[in-house]
Amino acid sequence: MAIFKKPSLKTDNRRKREMPQGLWQKCPGCGEVVHEIELNENDRVCPRCDYHFPLSAKQRIARLCDPDSFVELDAGLTSIDTLKFQGMASYKDRLRKYQDTTGLIDAVLSGHALIDGYKVAIAVMDFSFLAATMGSVVGERITRMIEYATSQRAAVVIVSASGGARMYEGMLSLMQMAKTSGALALHAEQKLPFISILTNPTTAGVMASFASLGDVIIAEPKAMVGFAGPRVIRETTHQDLPPGFQTAEFLQEHGLIDLIVHRRDMRAQLAQLLAYFTAS
Amino acid sequence: MESQPLDFEKPVLELQRRLQELKSHSAKHDLDFDSEVESMELKIRETRRQIYENLSAWQRVQIARHVQRPFSLEYISCCFTEWVELHGDRVFGDDKAMPCGLAKLGSQRCVVVSQQKGRDTKENVKRNFGCAYPEGYRKALRIMRLGEKFNLPVIALIDTPGAYPGIGSEERHIAEAIAVNLREMMTLRVPIIACVVGEGGSGGALGIGVADRVLILENAYYSVISPEACSAILWKDRKHAAEAAEALKLTADDLMRLGVVDEVVPEPEGGAHRDHDVAAANLGTALRRNLQRALETPIEELLQQRYAKFRKLGNFAEPKKKNGA
Repeated sequence: MAIFKKPSLKTDNRRKREMPQGLWQKCPGCGEVVHEIELNENDRVCPRCDYHFPLSAKQRIARLCDPDSFVELDAGLTSIDTLKFQGMASYKDRLRKYQDTTGLIDAVLSGHALIDGYKVAIAVMDFSFLAATMGSVVGERITRMIEYATSQRAAVVIVSASGGARMYEGMLSLMQMAKTSGALALHAEQKLPFISILTNPTTAGVMASFASLGDVIIAEPKAMVGFAGPRVIRETTHQDLPPGFQTAEFLQEHGLIDLIVHRRDMRAQLAQLLAYFTAS
Repeated sequence: MESQPLDFEKPVLELQRRLQELKSHSAKHDLDFDSEVESMELKIRETRRQIYENLSAWQRVQIARHVQRPFSLEYISCCFTEWVELHGDRVFGDDKAMPCGLAKLGSQRCVVVSQQKGRDTKENVKRNFGCAYPEGYRKALRIMRLGEKFNLPVIALIDTPGAYPGIGSEERHIAEAIAVNLREMMTLRVPIIACVVGEGGSGGALGIGVADRVLILENAYYSVISPEACSAILWKDRKHAAEAAEALKLTADDLMRLGVVDEVVPEPEGGAHRDHDVAAANLGTALRRNLQRALETPIEELLQQRYAKFRKLGNFAEPKKKNGA
């Protein structure tokens, strides 16, 4: 036994100085510190390296649609814990937590709107809600939105961001892939346009369904886009991943997407495409 | 066939070992143990029945992954005749994890798309452990289109841990290959009957799984994520796979209740790996019956039913509509 106690050199965590919340952001792209005001004035894009910070679904709708033109559809649809899923935390608890922190009911906003005067049905996923995973509510709202577009002969615009299928809903979540893709099949049969916008990150079950089915597929710069997560690929293949793997630029280089469009130009680009695909 | 035992089959194995002892003892000493042998055999059957009537979700996953379970090509050679395998996606390569071709089910000409695993290392390298690349899904679509052109219905046999997560998969756009299959299968103008014969691994399984009738073998599973991966995410540890398997509701009975599958095809007692012939016979009967019914339905009606079947899947709460809303 030691006679003398080792002096404790622990630092007191409570006194650690932290950056004031919400005023400054460290850019994950270049590491520079950016001020909130500057960020907001620049569409929440880093002025130094063009890193696109996340946007909420509401912010995206405000940026893409004509002022006050967005009408939300199916707003009240709420997830149910069909499987009574228990893990470290139950599905119910997680839903409640995300509903409280985000003010959203689930991970997507959907409805109809005008973009530069063109009528569109639009859905925007919100990554801050449970990684925008696709469960029954996301699948149902996107499907209803597409069916609405088919019946109104409108274009479909979907802004995706997602961690994939929502495992808390088991196979019901996987089936949303078939459901949404099927609705797009009927929309396409009517020769109506679908523009898919991929934002950081769009992966797995969402990427392997509607997000990959656009007549035109656009990504935001440097967005991470892919099917399997990089960690899974590394563990499966024991290979180093090539630089820039699964970025929007990588996908464009390999011929997998049409365009990479900076956030500030997205609305104008959508309007131009809609003009091409809409008979006047 | 003497099969590799699964953990939960140990009680049966122990009894079998004792039976063997008894028999050799009886032979060596020329003693009559017939009644003991008989009662022991009865006990073995009874124990096995009990185990197999009370399988947990995780135990079924292990049966579904059993290396001696019949694989797709075996079902094809048992249930079908005149199999002609057709190779390649005409773009990049021939994915041997996804054998496709022409075959006859009874007198009915069909196209078959399937997923194939290997029994040993050599075969598994060739079949990539049943994990298809994008070219596999594109080959399957090419063959399904062939079926549509010549009015041949599609049979899809699903058995994959998942689509392959690799660099080449991403470079050739596995996500798009699966997505396009989902869309195209929904409107393909011939009947499609799918059956999960072993593992139904997430999007990789669904990529050939949009069908008029989705069947599943009794001990097969179909899941949005593997129990191990689910455990790693939820418990930060792969050791809770058994709990995850239970929670995911991935067994045939659970999926029937959820409406994800339409019919459970019975397996011989002790699992399909105990008796390949019976397993194949059961599958063949179920495929023929379901295909016959689909062929009798006018195609427009069938397409509407196919859409409606997937359209209704999902469970959510909807607020009561207020007036005018």
